[in-house]
Amino acid sequence: MKALSQKRRHPFAFVALLLLGLLLTGGLYAAATTVNQAQATNTASEYDDEQVDEGERLFVANCATCHGMNAEGTDAGPSLVGVGAASVEFQVGTGRMPMQMQGPQAQQKPPQFNEEQTTQMAAYVASLGAGPAVPDDEYLDMEAGDPARGGELFRINCAMCHNAAGAGGALTEGKYAPSLHGVEPVHVYTAMTTGPQNMPVFSDSNIPPEDKRDIIAFLQTYEQQGTPGGFSLGFLGPVSEGLLIWTLGLALLIGSMVWLTSRSS
Amino acid sequence: MAEHGNGDSSSAVVATGEGESGQYAIDNPGLPPHRPRLADVDEKAAKRSERQVSTLFLISIIGTVIFFVGYFAVGRMDAFEDYFEGMSALRVQNTLLGIGSALAMLGIGLGVVHWAKTLMPDHEVVEDRKPLRLEKDREEAEKIVNDVIDETQIKRRPLMRNTLIAAALLAPLPAVVMFRDLDRSEDFGVERMRHSLWSPGVRLVRDPTGTPIRAADVTVGSAMHVIPETLREIPGHGTRLSEKAKAVTLLMRLPMDDFQEPTPGRENWTHEGIIACSKVCTHVGCPVALYERHTHHLLCPCHQSTFDAADEFKVVFGPAGRPLPQLPISVDDEGFLIATSDFTEPVGPTYWERGHTDPEGDYPAS
Repeated sequence: MKALSQKRRHPFAFVALLLLGLLLTGGLYAAATTVNQAQATNTASEYDDEQVDEGERLFVANCATCHGMNAEGTDAGPSLVGVGAASVEFQVGTGRMPMQMQGPQAQQKPPQFNEEQTTQMAAYVASLGAGPAVPDDEYLDMEAGDPARGGELFRINCAMCHNAAGAGGALTEGKYAPSLHGVEPVHVYTAMTTGPQNMPVFSDSNIPPEDKRDIIAFLQTYEQQGTPGGFSLGFLGPVSEGLLIWTLGLALLIGSMVWLTSRSS
Repeated sequence: MAEHGNGDSSSAVVATGEGESGQYAIDNPGLPPHRPRLADVDEKAAKRSERQVSTLFLISIIGTVIFFVGYFAVGRMDAFEDYFEGMSALRVQNTLLGIGSALAMLGIGLGVVHWAKTLMPDHEVVEDRKPLRLEKDREEAEKIVNDVIDETQIKRRPLMRNTLIAAALLAPLPAVVMFRDLDRSEDFGVERMRHSLWSPGVRLVRDPTGTPIRAADVTVGSAMHVIPETLREIPGHGTRLSEKAKAVTLLMRLPMDDFQEPTPGRENWTHEGIIACSKVCTHVGCPVALYERHTHHLLCPCHQSTFDAADEFKVVFGPAGRPLPQLPISVDDEGFLIATSDFTEPVGPTYWERGHTDPEGDYPAS
């Protein structure tokens, strides 16, 4: 400790501290952004009676408080008649439902139900009325997608809310468009078909399933290729880049000015 | 000018104030005594500084080598079959180029400064400040001005002076005409903003695929980005983009019950809950397309202007001064959505010649 306190006036102490601080914040950020990935789900489009019954049991135990005993909806939650299996796949599969608390919008968190239970609840909700189904495997096969075309569709239909790099963005009154990095293809797909929270619906008549596959392929490609230009700084563009240059950049400039004009010992 | 020899602190005489006592509140305290540096008195320290400076120059040399390694040996994207391998090589290359050139320049810069600070002579030098203003200089300048006035006779011959002023004012006018006529199109100026490609019967098609839209395709809660079908017939990429910029439209379908009572004259502007508006913000022209389907608010990402799609896109928050222009729509014989007219007001930011359409007087004239 004594040796440390003696060294604190060393010319490089400032640099060392700065590096340490940067490493710490960078490390914390990396740890905080590690997404708890939901498991891939099976995409059966038809369900047997057993699944529906089991789904109803799970529904009554976990969801009926807000959505009503028959999913007819209450003041606390909307009716689930006709929202389709895709809604369950998205909301429960990403952990948004059951909701942790009432708020501007449901937050993503580690899913509370496993793949099988999610499918059972999806089967029950699908049995209530026709709605968007969980997509076929064929449309989740990213090998078949065209990322370049998907990129164009993404920039026209999605980028205004989700950011040109899919990093998400703010909406009004505490609502936000979440980041799309690390989101399972099936969840991106079902989000488009169901329009969760305040997101508009992008039905198959608007964006056909093949185009949805292209969009997801674009997102996957974007994520895999990394950032050839260096640190992404959250893909937030001038905001985070400006903040960095105005704090770190100016600190470095001031530091070098102090060094230039100081007397040598 | 006072100078102090290196390492000769005993002889460092404190200079007395140059000005007569009383001219300044505090007399010039002179220079502090000279303090020799470590390298001045200790040959070992000087040697160490020499090594440090050379090390910095060596780092610079290594930086240049790193740059060339990055440039020639790593990261030729076309050398990779696989796209992702190519991208990752590119990333390595960018890193090496950046680190290499940074080290190359910083090494020289830091080395030279360290050299100057530790080894070059550090005797203090005082340079007296020149007096700021001398009466003599002022008189000289005045004389020059007076000479010019006298010799040009500009005061005595006002005709000459006035014609010169008139000529100088007129001479730039040809430039105004010339630059204005760079664009000879008929709809020059504000007229161009008054009309877009939308006209009665033009189909709404999806952007970018260009496929027409049936009313049934637009499910409740949907948002579609649409352009006029006639856009693709526009020749020339630049013109087409200009036309697209004015015509971009957002199409939404809201539950019928959510709509407010329409303004008289606008009853037929929607079709079974399908409503369309210009995507160009009326504030400074950013694309407004952040649509929240439950609140039916449209948010502009630039300055947070918020428009209510259920209430004819009126401003509910933010700096925008007027609602987004609404596109009157209907369906044709084949069931495809069509526009029934152009936008009834110019799209985009407010400008003073645009006229004002605000029947209810909800917005201050801007």
